[in-house]
This record gives sequence, C-alpha cells and structure tokens, in this order.
Amino acid sequence: MDIKVNVRETPGDCYVVDIAGEIDVYTSPKVKDAIGALIDRGVYNLVIDLQKVRYIDSTGLGVLIGGLKRVREHGGSVNLVCTNPQIRKIFDITGLVKIFGIFESDDAAMKALV
Amino acid sequence: MSLLSTDATRSDVVELRIPCRPEWVAIPRLTAATIASRLKLSIEDIEDVKLAVAEACTAVMQHDHHGEYIDITCEAHPDALRVHVRDGGRHGAADEGATAVDFDEARIAGLGIFLIRTLMDEVSFDVHPERGTRLFMVKRIGASAG
Repeated sequence: MDIKVNVRETPGDCYVVDIAGEIDVYTSPKVKDAIGALIDRGVYNLVIDLQKVRYIDSTGLGVLIGGLKRVREHGGSVNLVCTNPQIRKIFDITGLVKIFGIFESDDAAMKALV
Repeated sequence: MSLLSTDATRSDVVELRIPCRPEWVAIPRLTAATIASRLKLSIEDIEDVKLAVAEACTAVMQHDHHGEYIDITCEAHPDALRVHVRDGGRHGAADEGATAVDFDEARIAGLGIFLIRTLMDEVSFDVHPERGTRLFMVKRIGASAG
C-alpha cells in the first residue's frame, strides 16, 4: 500500500498538493498532515491533484472535507483535480461535487481559485 | 476450467482474518476485488465491492473498542458475491463492552456506511452481545446498485 504526497508552489502563490496512490484509513494521516501543514503556514487556497489517486475511501474524503472546512474559516477554498471516473463517482454519490470545485486539470483548478 | 477462472455452477468460500489495525485494510480490499473479478462482475462493480469491504473493515477499526482482529468471509456464488465482516476478539458474556453497537449508524462514520449502502445491492447488520457484530452485504452479478 503506497501513497506519495508532494506539495509544490506555483506562480501566483498557489499551492498544489499532488497525491499518488491509495488514500485509506492507513494512508490518509499523511495526506492530512500535508494539508494541515500548509494551512498552518497560512495557505488558504489549495489545489489538490487526485489524478494519480487510484483509490479513496471515506477517511480520505474526511481529510479533504476537514481541509476545506479549515480554509473556509479563513475565506479560502480547495479545488480538486480528478480525472479518474471511479474516484469521481465517489464524489458524485456522496454529493461532495456540490462543495468542492472539481476540475480536469491543474490549470483549470488554479484559475478557478483566483 | 482454467486455474484463473471460477466454475459458474458452484459456490466457493474464502475466509480471511486480519489484525484490527489500519495497516491491514488493503488485504481484504484486494482479496474481495480479486474474488469479484473471478465472478466476472463489471469493473465498476468490482470497485464498488472493494470500497464497501474496506469501509466495513475501516468502521470496525475505528469503532471496535475490544476486538483484536476482523474476520471477513467472501462467498462466491454463481449469481452473487456475499461478504460477511465480523469484529473479532473477546465476545464472552464477561465482556462489559459487548453490548456496544459497533456498526450502529449513530456511531459509525456516516459517510462510510452511506457508501456501503449505496454501492452494494443488499446490506444488513447483526448485532449480538456475545457473537459480536456482523455486517452482511451482497453484490449481485448483473445488477447495478450504484
């Protein structure tokens, strides 16, 4: 079971969290820590790239929701990049498509933040 | 019948026991997906089974206060995959915590149980102070729950 989380700053002070692998009850703390560390530094507008995520469960969704709640307290937002239909389906059936901006590319997600 | 196919006329049972800890959750997830693929469920249905089984195990891990392990039984039938997930460990009468409802919807992560109910064709709970708690779910071949 593997997960890779990488944070990169892009031009325009936007931060992208690239996640690759499987997000479940075992790996989600690593994702939570990465997102939490950014928010602790005062980064309230985030793009989370899920294009290389093969699997996500309710604990992974919980981490994303928790991050969104925290940034919203500061007027920020979280946009997701998701092109995997199976992952997209989970957001659809849970209704999370209504609270997250979900985009097909990093560029589209970043543009929508500003 | 090749070694990689499943006889469409018989039922087989696969039993699995994992420690009740997060680092083991991928094992039942991948096992259930492998069995589902042998039953020739669609790719989408296999993903549904994978997530539902993992959510059930995750619920036990997050809410089971006394179990040391989780038992997962997958029944591969010609028309369906039936999965039982049971919390393990101490289930004796002396277990003061045994009356706790480990799969109670009020105590479970709401999203997880919602996903299980949405993705599977049939879901039920059996809560017993001595036997422990069991979640039973079915994915029918050819049906589409999600």
